[in-house]
Amino acid sequence: MNNESAADAAFDGNVMAGPLSEVFAVDITTAQGRCRGCGTTSVIATLRVYGPDPGLVGRCPGCDDVLVRIVRTPDAVWLDLAGLTSLRVAVPAGVAGVPASSGGDA
Amino acid sequence: MTVTRGFHGRRRDSDARLPPGQHLTPDFPVLSAGPTPLVPRDDWELIVATEDGTRHGWTWAELMALPSEDVTVDIHCVTSWSKLDTDWRGVSLDTVLADVDTAADFAMVHSHGGYTTNLPLEDLLDGRAWIAYEYDGDELAPEHGGPARLLVPHLYLWKSAKWVREIELMLDDAPGFWEQLGYHDYGDPWREQRYQGD
Amino acid sequence: MARTAIPGGLSARRAWRSATLADRRPETAQAVTLVLDVPDWPGHVPGQHVDVRLTSEDGYRATRSYSVAAPTDGDALELTVQRVPDGEVSTFLCDDLRRGDTVEVRGPLGGWFVWRPGQPGPVLLVAGGSGVVPLMSMLRARPAGSASPFRLVYSARSPEDLLYREELARRAAENDGVEVGLVFTRSAPEGDRRGVGRLRPEDLTGHGWSVDDAPTCYVCGPTGFVESAAAHLVALGHPPERIRTERFGPSGP
Repeated sequence: MNNESAADAAFDGNVMAGPLSEVFAVDITTAQGRCRGCGTTSVIATLRVYGPDPGLVGRCPGCDDVLVRIVRTPDAVWLDLAGLTSLRVAVPAGVAGVPASSGGDA
Repeated sequence: MTVTRGFHGRRRDSDARLPPGQHLTPDFPVLSAGPTPLVPRDDWELIVATEDGTRHGWTWAELMALPSEDVTVDIHCVTSWSKLDTDWRGVSLDTVLADVDTAADFAMVHSHGGYTTNLPLEDLLDGRAWIAYEYDGDELAPEHGGPARLLVPHLYLWKSAKWVREIELMLDDAPGFWEQLGYHDYGDPWREQRYQGD
Repeated sequence: MARTAIPGGLSARRAWRSATLADRRPETAQAVTLVLDVPDWPGHVPGQHVDVRLTSEDGYRATRSYSVAAPTDGDALELTVQRVPDGEVSTFLCDDLRRGDTVEVRGPLGGWFVWRPGQPGPVLLVAGGSGVVPLMSMLRARPAGSASPFRLVYSARSPEDLLYREELARRAAENDGVEVGLVFTRSAPEGDRRGVGRLRPEDLTGHGWSVDDAPTCYVCGPTGFVESAAAHLVALGHPPERIRTERFGPSGP
């Protein structure tokens, strides 16, 4: 990966891993998100991503609707997930209702 | 703070024409939040919608029939590049809005592709904003917002919406695409209003 | 699938760490491998990347993502950086960063575009330009004598643009289940039978590899390259769920 591009750049959701790691304790790029517009379910790493400036915009591979937006200001991360109806995050299997003691995908 | 020896980044130039924190760029960078819409001029239409639901429309031919202006302005992108003396041709918003009756104080500009940005209506008036359709003597290229974009050079360039299709006049302000996500509602480069709270 | 816990926990992964340049190796005229010393580096999985942050004396900061080029080796972290014309970070890293200089890194990042050593089955790696970097990390992580055959199809502008040229030739010559197919888009070595041209479906099916071998496919490169390579793979019958991609921008071979 090398996200420094001189021109109109389209990345994918892999490039969101760093900014998302500032907010979430697990790697959200491996989660599955469902598009509110067309219903397509996509792994976040496979979104079509525009940016990185003024912000990262992750779009649905199915319909190009905006699913995820991330803006990093000097003192905050702004995150918009409104384009998703759901986000499925795999966690280590445990007893239902009892969270596993540690987790996250490497 | 871990400083990397010898790293300066893009030089922040000091020039009386450069707002704080900006540097000069010789080229015209393209920033995009989505795929570049390709809008045929035959299908192109500009809508001005007022707060009571009245809609005014101009086709491409009707826009071309309006008096145009050649303007040379400096432009400033929030990502810190500036470009001086850029040449545009377009129709002043004073001309477009001349016969529009409204009590609105704010405008939401809508683009093909779904982009939006909000401005006070007064910033679109008094010779400060244009519907621009030529850049540097040529048709405005799609990656720079062609067939036509808003040009409001006294504010950061994200306010100069590419691929403009509608100006919605509103009694109350509401945030646009980047303003919803931490960017400043007004965006004056001389006051370095990049983010909310600046 | 067995997972290896990463020492230091999740918060360690999120923090910016100081990293000191221990060594640098030119790869081509336009690319360099940087070996960073990152104290207490928690380790990574082949295919992962890191964010690199540079801070100037006056507090200006620039952050970019770079793939890791080699498997975990203690506190040594290898990145291969391709110079982007006018790129403020890549040109600095390629031209100006000296041994002993400090940058910051955050990671390892990204759990999708990864190959875990021990993951069964053949692997087809498809690289466009500097997209070979995370794939090289996977190839280098493949244990000697592994039952999983690897094939790398690597598209570059010219032989002079190839990263890891000698190492790839050596690994392919070892007769240990690693094949390397080179595709040149602008100029090929004299006598090259394929000739020049963009990646074609037959480049992906050579050497008797077929869909029936059910390889896991990893494609990395510029956006246009990744889209066409992935489309070729799907057209050849590879199931989309076995194709993983990582793309960066429109430029490239």
